Amino acid sequence: MKIRTARRISQVFFFSLFLFFVVISDLRYLKGYPVSLFLELDPLVAFATAITTHTIYKGLLWSLVLLIPTVLLGRIFCNWICPYGILHHFTGWLLGKGRDEEKIRIESNRYRSIYQIKYIILIGMIVAALFGSLQIGLLDPICLFHRSMSTAILPSLNLVFPHTFYVRQYFHIGAWVIGFMLFLLVGMNVVIPRFFCRVICPLGAFLGTISSVALWRIERNPSKCVDCDLCLKNCEGASDPHTQLRKSECFVCFNCIEDCPEDALSFKFVPPLQHELTMPAVQPRRALLGAVVGFGFFGFGRSSGAADRGYDKKVIRPPGSVEEKEFLERCIKCDQCIRVCPTNVLQPSIFTAGLEGLWTPILDNKIGYCELNCTLCSQVCPTGAIQRISIEEKTGLGKFAAQGPIRLGTAFYDHGRCLPWSMETPCVVCEEVCPVSPKAIFSREVTITKRDGNEITLRRPYVDPALCIGCGICEHECPVTDEAAIRVTAIGETRSRERRLLMDGGDTSAVREYESRKR
Amino acid sequence: MSTPSDPSQNPESAGAPDPSAVSRREFLLRTGAAGGLIAGATFAGLKLWQPNHFIPGFEAQKGLHLPDYRVTGAKGLPSMAIAHGATHDQTIRAAIGALGGMQRFIQKGDVVMIKPNVAFDRPPALAATTHPDALRTVAKLVLEAGASKVIIADNPINSPTGCFLKSGLRAVADELNLDLLYPEAESFSPLQLDGEILRNWTFFHEPFKKATKVIGVAPCKDHNLCHASMTTKNWYGLLGGRRNQFHQHIHSIVSDFALMMKPTLVVLDGMNVLMRNGPTGGRLSDVKPMGTVVAGTDMISVDSYGYSHLLERDIAELTYIHKAHNRGLGNMNWKDTVYREVQA
Repeated sequence: MKIRTARRISQVFFFSLFLFFVVISDLRYLKGYPVSLFLELDPLVAFATAITTHTIYKGLLWSLVLLIPTVLLGRIFCNWICPYGILHHFTGWLLGKGRDEEKIRIESNRYRSIYQIKYIILIGMIVAALFGSLQIGLLDPICLFHRSMSTAILPSLNLVFPHTFYVRQYFHIGAWVIGFMLFLLVGMNVVIPRFFCRVICPLGAFLGTISSVALWRIERNPSKCVDCDLCLKNCEGASDPHTQLRKSECFVCFNCIEDCPEDALSFKFVPPLQHELTMPAVQPRRALLGAVVGFGFFGFGRSSGAADRGYDKKVIRPPGSVEEKEFLERCIKCDQCIRVCPTNVLQPSIFTAGLEGLWTPILDNKIGYCELNCTLCSQVCPTGAIQRISIEEKTGLGKFAAQGPIRLGTAFYDHGRCLPWSMETPCVVCEEVCPVSPKAIFSREVTITKRDGNEITLRRPYVDPALCIGCGICEHECPVTDEAAIRVTAIGETRSRERRLLMDGGDTSAVREYESRKR
Repeated sequence: MSTPSDPSQNPESAGAPDPSAVSRREFLLRTGAAGGLIAGATFAGLKLWQPNHFIPGFEAQKGLHLPDYRVTGAKGLPSMAIAHGATHDQTIRAAIGALGGMQRFIQKGDVVMIKPNVAFDRPPALAATTHPDALRTVAKLVLEAGASKVIIADNPINSPTGCFLKSGLRAVADELNLDLLYPEAESFSPLQLDGEILRNWTFFHEPFKKATKVIGVAPCKDHNLCHASMTTKNWYGLLGGRRNQFHQHIHSIVSDFALMMKPTLVVLDGMNVLMRNGPTGGRLSDVKPMGTVVAGTDMISVDSYGYSHLLERDIAELTYIHKAHNRGLGNMNWKDTVYREVQA
């Protein structure tokens, strides 16, 4: 079997596996499949979260499995495993049909100095991470691909082919931005083959840096080489195999070896250093520029106040989420939580959670609500931004009765929009759907004289802040659907001691006392 | 790695170099680097591994415990003194003198933290903050008794710099060379307490890192929710975080302050009392001259006197006093204690 065939089998396998994981991230099919495996294998995710949190969360240890072949063989991940790389390999071939002429293809695969941009991006992201702002997910290919699939591709396919991915159509705020970003990156293959992989990819830059120590690489035998440059014809990484190999750029696709008419190229163990450019070529001043811009994500992002006193009431995080600043240290914006959420309540934040929180998950109770007996988002989160909580831990039952439930926020009435409060009309759907027991929403019966002179008895609802968990089903089910008469805001969330509403967490609530006396 | 390389094996210096040959030294270095990277990453990965999740917001909390700043061994001396007079200086000196003088409380070399109430950006005449003359006299007495350093600090409701400036306390600090500590983010650490409501709360710890004695100097004020703000509620200004939640359980919290802080001495400045529109006041007509200073070691006794005799109200309604008294944190029946009433 030719090595190119083996590589193609690997590419088809891993690409299919990725799509399989994307599709089955659904309550109906999810049966313990490791749907976040690609993210857990991603060494940049593990490395960057280790910088921000000084921990490596659960399955992220799998990234060592990917590190080892990189240290030995180089960036084999980029052309054999990475589903986003495979996408660009395929679309680069598809869109590169205009480059049929051999000469044009050879020229399009020569190294260009703009390929150092990915290292500058990586440096910027690492600097941001050092300050506690995790931004790798903006451009990490696995995060980017998962996010694109979950928020843009699947929902739009489902519009055309209803019921393929969802029982009921999903909506994602800002999906069009994510979708067009995918199109743009794919479309750039017309200009530069594998534009994303060569120019942008911070994971590629990370693996490229590691692969400087790789023991095997493509080696050219200068005495056999006739300088025909045919090795460049299909070179994926633009790593200059026709001269000194740029080790950090090589995707180890092996195309050059098969394309060489003189058998001058081989994959060699510990070849001489003078035949290679070992380290990535990055101009120090541009690296410094990257570092400064990376600091901006922390400096400007954090000083904009969204993670602190200026927090937005709509930044309601999924149950099990860590405190906001730690959330920004952990969330990689892969949006796996958004994919798996059974009610579509989770939405990618555009700027609601600030610059640093771009594409991180927040709840939009207009679109969905947090299902009481569900912790799926926490199960798929690869980094522990949403800790892997159990239903008991979420609802504060059993062993966790003393500490009480996880609260996402608190519901507040807007009396001017509420039917029984200001429109002489009975309702209290909110009280009906309130899932906690005793209900956080209660109502008081009042008899009023209507405008027409007749009396009406109706129930007016109230919220007990000691019992409300902020699930948002009241808001979701409110008949005033454009802007509900009861709305949940982030205040009272248990993950943050600074954002609690009740000093005692509701422990001294009259209802709770009454309930415990009844027991 | 330590294997010495044989120069004759170096292709650079050999006569007929094999272009692809690598010296043994280089080979070991390169395989060593690759192996080292794998080993290092594996070691670091296992070291940093977080195999278990936690429940955010419910982590066990730890915090510091404040020491007891009371002094012992004062046989027969009163625990409370009430002085009436014309000026802050005379009256405070008379009250402290009646307690046995400042040397009863302060020894040579003590670092004394004086806690004024500077909660609001108000001029002294409005009686919403500790009067600069009160601070000056207490600080002078403390320095006269041999204290090596006096620290003053508060975490005001209004902007700290404005509060210290306009209350006139910064001028006193500058005049007497006192250490004025503003509440900075790094000045706070969690405090652990087994209070009725106060369990774990962020505390203005910086002033206490070196302090050996603590004196509270509080104005006597009306308070919209708590009825009164005197020497016990003064400690509110040592806490940080979401203090606006304290109002949900104000009397429990204020009684917890009597558990949290065991001061060396408290001084209640009743020279001019804010009778209404507290705790901020705002009009001179809210202030009534009472010409009295109460000093003592039991803030519950002092506040009890202040409420009935300075604010001239019924002690039965002041819930926190009863809570603290019933918990044994002080004695609200000051008449049953050893006290002296003097004229300056």
